Amino acid sequence: MSCDFTRTVLHGYLDGELDATRAAEFEHHLEGCRECTAALGSEESLRSSLQRSELYENAPLALRKKIRADLDAATATPVAIRIPAWRWLAVAATILVVASVSWFALQRPVKDSASTTPFTVAELIDAHVRSLQPGHLTDVASTDQHTVKPWFNGKLAFVPPVKDFADEGFPLVGGRLDVLGGQNVAALVYSRRKHIINVFVMPTREPDTPIHPPGLRQGYQWRHWRRQGMEYCAISDVSDSDLYELAQLIYQ
Amino acid sequence: MSGSDQGKGADVLDAQDRARFEQLVLPHLDAAFNLSRWLLKSRADSEDVAQEAMLRAYRFFRGFHGGDARAWLLQIVRNTCYTWLEKNRPVELMTEFDEELHPQPSVSPEALAIAGANRERLSRALETLPPRFREVLVLRELEGCSYKEIASITAIPIGTVMSALARARQRLQRALTHASPQEASREL
Repeated sequence: MSCDFTRTVLHGYLDGELDATRAAEFEHHLEGCRECTAALGSEESLRSSLQRSELYENAPLALRKKIRADLDAATATPVAIRIPAWRWLAVAATILVVASVSWFALQRPVKDSASTTPFTVAELIDAHVRSLQPGHLTDVASTDQHTVKPWFNGKLAFVPPVKDFADEGFPLVGGRLDVLGGQNVAALVYSRRKHIINVFVMPTREPDTPIHPPGLRQGYQWRHWRRQGMEYCAISDVSDSDLYELAQLIYQ
Repeated sequence: MSGSDQGKGADVLDAQDRARFEQLVLPHLDAAFNLSRWLLKSRADSEDVAQEAMLRAYRFFRGFHGGDARAWLLQIVRNTCYTWLEKNRPVELMTEFDEELHPQPSVSPEALAIAGANRERLSRALETLPPRFREVLVLRELEGCSYKEIASITAIPIGTVMSALARARQRLQRALTHASPQEASREL
């Protein structure tokens, strides 16, 4: 019971952490060492017990909710935390100013340090809601990208990239012409578990951007980005993670 | 989304940080909870500690410059757990990690398979191990971490992860097969 390999190297071998030379060395040793062979069998048995036993414990839903609330608090009022009590009046005034500025901001094109769109949030939501009225969703209803793409030909001064992502869980439903911010745009319609996602596409001269953080209003979420001379805005009532997934698929 | 860590104060996190955090760190909440649950041996306590750790991670998020987000988060979770243990159950931390690795007859695979088939028994055996043994096992066997990740999470030098695991496994085998006769008869 004194084989040095049994005590340590065996574990590196079991865990696939030995380099090729040392692994080969150990395997060679294993052929002649009954002690190591037995020990390896035991370790493998222990490992499969550990992995079969469902010992892994996932975070409870309540914890997820608490954490989201914490993050909200830490994001929304980072300044207020360190403000002394006598300054609350000033804080209230600041909030009022911020609130009115944001109110006015919503009336104009969406503007922040990272993104500027040629349409307002209100126009974006209106266009999305309008498309959900009976008979308004698609001008060309087809799950075939090779039907939808040529359909736009001649109807717009640009050709929007059209791709079906049915395999990834976002089947293409169709396309239509729409107007956003006074501009003719292509609207690509995708579905996600009975939810509708509109992806508005229009040409731009602005440089590429990454996919911007989500926007949220009236229960609708949107993601905006620019890529290769096109401006994209995906909007839906699906969760942001779904929306982001589709945005990434289109972005590639 | 890019170059977000320059020129801004440490604690003031904006919507972009939040979005990045949700993308990179929040998906590892299960890993965070699982590690703290096994370190603290209590679901209720680990809910509190995982929540605290997540908030700490968020506050330090500007200091995360890419790389392995899971390992980064688990490092914070582990530190938060140990701080909690020091305060609430200092006795548990008093076991020496560097105990000698005793040469001993290995337990047969069959005996281990029988002992390990019972989830309760396996869970209890794991809980009897000192935290520093328990954590390497949880990280390796439940979380599937590499030696490199284990080293960065637990602050053990990478060269000693292998022997730490060897010790921990030996302790677990012993704990599993040396269950008290009382317990063994209860299971029959």
